[in-house]
Amino acid sequence: MEAKRELLDLLLSDARQSTEDIARQLGTDAATVEKLVDELESEGAVRGYQAVVDWDHVDEEHVRAEVELNVELDRETGYEEIARRIAKFPEVSSLRLISGSYDFAVDVEGESMHDVSNFVSEQIAPIPEVTQTVTHFVMTTYKERGVYFGDGDDDDRLAVSP
Amino acid sequence: MTGPSDRLSQRAKETPPSGIRRFFELAEEMDDIISLGVGEPDFSAPWAARAAAIDSLERGRTSYTANLGRRDLRQRIASHVTRYDLSYDPDEEILVSTGASEAVDLAMRALVDPGDAVAVPQPSYISYGPTVSFSGGDVVQVETHAENDFVLTYDDLERAGAAEASALVLCYPNNPTGAVMTREELSEVAEFAREHDLFVLSDEIYAALRYEDDHVSIATLPGMRDRTVVFNGFSKAYAMTGMRLGYALGPSEMIDAMNRIHQYTMLSAPTTAQFAALEALESCDGAVEEMRREFDRRRQFVISRFNEIGMDCFEAKGAFYVFPKCPPGWDDDEAFAEALIREERVALVPGRVFGSGGAGHLRVSYASGMNELKEALNRIESFLETQ
Repeated sequence: MEAKRELLDLLLSDARQSTEDIARQLGTDAATVEKLVDELESEGAVRGYQAVVDWDHVDEEHVRAEVELNVELDRETGYEEIARRIAKFPEVSSLRLISGSYDFAVDVEGESMHDVSNFVSEQIAPIPEVTQTVTHFVMTTYKERGVYFGDGDDDDRLAVSP
Repeated sequence: MTGPSDRLSQRAKETPPSGIRRFFELAEEMDDIISLGVGEPDFSAPWAARAAAIDSLERGRTSYTANLGRRDLRQRIASHVTRYDLSYDPDEEILVSTGASEAVDLAMRALVDPGDAVAVPQPSYISYGPTVSFSGGDVVQVETHAENDFVLTYDDLERAGAAEASALVLCYPNNPTGAVMTREELSEVAEFAREHDLFVLSDEIYAALRYEDDHVSIATLPGMRDRTVVFNGFSKAYAMTGMRLGYALGPSEMIDAMNRIHQYTMLSAPTTAQFAALEALESCDGAVEEMRREFDRRRQFVISRFNEIGMDCFEAKGAFYVFPKCPPGWDDDEAFAEALIREERVALVPGRVFGSGGAGHLRVSYASGMNELKEALNRIESFLETQ
């Protein structure tokens, strides 16, 4: 497999590991890894590095909702324009155009349910092209970006085996 | 009255406990241990295979199968092994066994008469010697060498007196060294086998775990098919060790003889596992490839770390083991492994457990998560710094 793709897999599994450790796993040197990372970033393939946070273990209120959005397009306004406008809000953590019975799937985060619903009704709903919003509050997160939040299965293998 | 220990057969009395047992016991009594001494994958069997097993149970498929194993499974195995250029008739040349280990034992019993000699390369998996002894045969130990990256050579065979043997065991990719053999290297061994009329028992359980090149089976070399039984299974490639399912491929006369022994001792391999195995062959190539890629990263990581901290480690290209030398100042692999587990709580297996050729080395399994491997190597490094 191409080195850059391998590197992407390693960053996806743990972006915080050291350049040296990545280099060892790819059978190359740290300078090569740095160069490949730079390329991934400048090509726009890697857009950022973030922690996967389980907010249940952080001592503050945190609420997330998945909002369904229906919009109406006209001659002047397409999905791109609408998306650009909605994405500007810091409360919007992700925004995707999707297939199916509605147009945009929007993740909205805030400190309380009140915050989030206010934001949707006062900032999103009034946008002229938006015809309908449906807000689903997240009750429990079990898995986020490939990371399971429950207890892992114990390693029940024998400690030493032939 | 005669006590129970006096009643034991000579064979039972002469069978030594496995050399890894002491390390197993040491590791078991310690907390916070990182074990790189595990001879099985850290992954679980692919979900599709597990689901097929569950489904078979729900449908009540809990009876015996044909002695040779389910016919649909044998047919699948026949088409699966064509990837190694192997071609076997599912009706007469394939036997499904309870782990590849059972098949190895069956082949020994089918092949070895009391007094026959069987050549076994060292270091190698711990079961071959005892199965030779159970059949009344004698083991000819063939040492392989670190300077050849533990590849078996014509000279090794000649020097050890393997010409007198009636059979030769091969295990490549190798447990414990991770060594693999190329077509050219196998050709030398095949030549020796033909010259001295040796039958070959080729344990290819790690065939799917090769990292730099494709697996080659000795049975594909000229004149070898009729003098070889190939063993493979689902334990290593599909992470199904506990399912206990393997198979043997060989000339019909051998498979028939093995099956006659198998039918009186095992009857048939576990039925639930056969359903899982069928699904594994049908749909789990992707999962195997994913595991292989993950193993490959870990492999490169551990090899480079061992070499960095001054433990000479050749580039093992198969299975999930590397076989570094003891660090300078330590010749005794057992003493080193014991000091390491006591001081730093990292378990490795001393190389001598796998036969004379393994002394002075350690078997390191990289079937553990990356974070554990990193931590283990850090602990070994700090152990070496305090010496």
